[in-house]
Amino acid sequence: MDTPAGYLHWGFILISIPNLLLIGLMVVLFALALVIPLPGEKEKP
Amino acid sequence: MSSWTARAREGMAKRLPMENLLPDRQPYYVGSWVYVFGVVTIAALVLTVLSGIILALAGPDWWHISAAGRFFNSVHFWSVQVFFVFMVLHLWGQYFMASWRGGRATTWMIGVVIFAISIAAAFTGYLSQQNFASQWIAVSAKDALNAAGLGAFFNVLNFGQMYGIHVVLLPVAIIVLVALHILWVRMKGVVQPIESPRPPTRSTSEEV
Amino acid sequence: MQRKPATSQGSMPTIRTVPYDLLKEVAIAMVGCLVLVIVLAAALSSPDVPSVTIQSWAQADPVDFTTTAANELAGSTTSAGYGAPYNNADAGQTLGPIAPSKWAGVRQPVDGANDFVINPLTHASVGDSQLTTALTAFQAASDTQKTGWLTAYAKALGDAKVQDGKVTVASGDYGAVPVLMDRLLTVARSGGLDGLLLSSGHFYQTDFTKPLLFMADGSYLAGLADQQHLSGSQWGMMNETGQYPGQSWLWLYTVWYQIPPFNTAPNGDLLVIILMGVLTLGLLLVPFIPGLRDIPRLIPIYRLIWRRYYQEEARG
Repeated sequence: MDTPAGYLHWGFILISIPNLLLIGLMVVLFALALVIPLPGEKEKP
Repeated sequence: MSSWTARAREGMAKRLPMENLLPDRQPYYVGSWVYVFGVVTIAALVLTVLSGIILALAGPDWWHISAAGRFFNSVHFWSVQVFFVFMVLHLWGQYFMASWRGGRATTWMIGVVIFAISIAAAFTGYLSQQNFASQWIAVSAKDALNAAGLGAFFNVLNFGQMYGIHVVLLPVAIIVLVALHILWVRMKGVVQPIESPRPPTRSTSEEV
Repeated sequence: MQRKPATSQGSMPTIRTVPYDLLKEVAIAMVGCLVLVIVLAAALSSPDVPSVTIQSWAQADPVDFTTTAANELAGSTTSAGYGAPYNNADAGQTLGPIAPSKWAGVRQPVDGANDFVINPLTHASVGDSQLTTALTAFQAASDTQKTGWLTAYAKALGDAKVQDGKVTVASGDYGAVPVLMDRLLTVARSGGLDGLLLSSGHFYQTDFTKPLLFMADGSYLAGLADQQHLSGSQWGMMNETGQYPGQSWLWLYTVWYQIPPFNTAPNGDLLVIILMGVLTLGLLLVPFIPGLRDIPRLIPIYRLIWRRYYQEEARG
C-alpha cells in the first residue's frame, strides 16, 4: 500500500486512483440507496 | 419569581417530550436507505472518537513504534474516511429532500457547521501524525492560513498547538454540535415529502 | 387533510406511522461500521511515511542544504521575504484594502540568518576556534562585504562538487562564508541542527516553526512531495502518500489552485480563502437562497426517495 498510487490525468483534472474509486463508490452507494427497497417492502405494480 | 428549574424542565418537556426524543414509530414515508446515511455517519464518528481516545492515552508517538498502535491508528484513519463518505452522502440526500423546509433551517445550518468543523478536525489530525505528510501539509497550509490572517494565531507548524486543538477542542465542538443536530431533528420530526409543484409564488422553503 | 409530523406540540391531524426501533438502528449501524472499519484497518493499515529531518536533508542533498543556508544569510529565501507572521519584509497577500496577514501582524518572529545559521553555529563553536574566528569575521564585516561574499559563493555553488558528504566550490573571494557553511553542514549531518533549531535554548518544545521553515526554504522537502503528487499544482491537498485515499472532501478547495487566476496570482491564497468563505456561507444559507433551495424540486431525486408515498397518494 506504500507504493505510489496511479493517477488519472484528464485535461486539468488530476486525481489519484484511490480517490477516484472512493468517489465512484459514493455515487454508486447513493444511486443504490435511491432504488433499492428496504427489506420487507414489496414493490407494488 | 417562579422556579428557574421548573421552567427549564417544563420548557424542555414541551419542546421535546420523551415520545419524540425516543420514538418507536415514524411517518410511513421514512422508507428509504437514504435515511440510513446520518446514523452511519454518527457510528463512524463514535469509532473515530473511541480510537482517538486510545491514541491519546498512549501518546502521539505510539503508533509509529507499536503494531497495536499502528492498528488503532488505522482504525482512526478508516473511521474518518467512512465518516466523511457517509456525511457527504447524508448531505446529498438531505439537500435533494430539501430537508430545511417546515422550520428546519436551523437543523440544516448546524449540519453545515459540523461539516466545516469536521474538515478542521481532520486537518489538525493530519498535522498531528508526526510524519512526512504532516510536515508537508504544515508547510503548504501555512500560506493560506497566513494570507487569511489566521496563521498568526493558529500556527500549523506548532505541533503542540495543533495536537491540543485536534484532541480536545474540536472533538468537543463536534460532539456538542452533533448532539444539537440530533435534538433538532427529534424536535422538528422528519421532514415531509415535497408536494406536487405549486405556482411560482410559493417556494420550497415555505411549504409544509 | 393537513400534513404535519406527529409531534405533541402540533395540534394538527397526524400522518400514518409505522413501527420503528431507533436504538436498534443505532446498534446495527455501530456494529456494521465497526466491522467495516476493522476489516479495512486490518487489511490495508494506514499511511506513515517517516518524517524528513534536517540531518537526512543534509545527507541526501548537501548542495541544496548549503545553498539554502547561504541564502538565509543573504536574506533571499522564501521565509526571509515572506512578511507576516514571520517578519515585515513583505506586505503579504492583499485584495484591495483587505490585508489580513498584515492586520494580524508579526506574531511568530523568525530571523532566518540568525535563527537558522548564526545562532546554531555560535552554539557549535564551543571548542572550535576556526569557527569562532569565522563567525567573528563574518559578523564584523560590512553589509556590502557580506553581500559580495554571499553572491559569489551562491554563484559558485552552481558548480559545487560533493565529496564524502562535504561540499566544495571553485576558489574565490568568499570570506568567512565557506567555513560557516562547512560547519553548519557538519552539524546538520550529525543530527545536531535538528535539535538546535527545535529547542532554541529551551528544554521542552513542541513548536517546529524553525526547522520546518528552514526545510521549506530548500528544495528537498518539496521535491519529495512532488514525487508523491502532494504539491499544490498537482491537486496535492486531496492526495495521500502511497495507495491510500486522501482528503477528497477538499476537492472544491484545491480545484481553484489548478486554474487561473488563482494558480498564478501572488495573492492566490487570499483569493481562494475569500471565495471558499463565500461558498461555505452559501451552503450554510441554502434554505434562504432562492434558486439554490429550489433545485431539489427541479431535479426530482425526491420522487425516488419518497416513491411509496407518492404511489399511495396517487391511489388516494
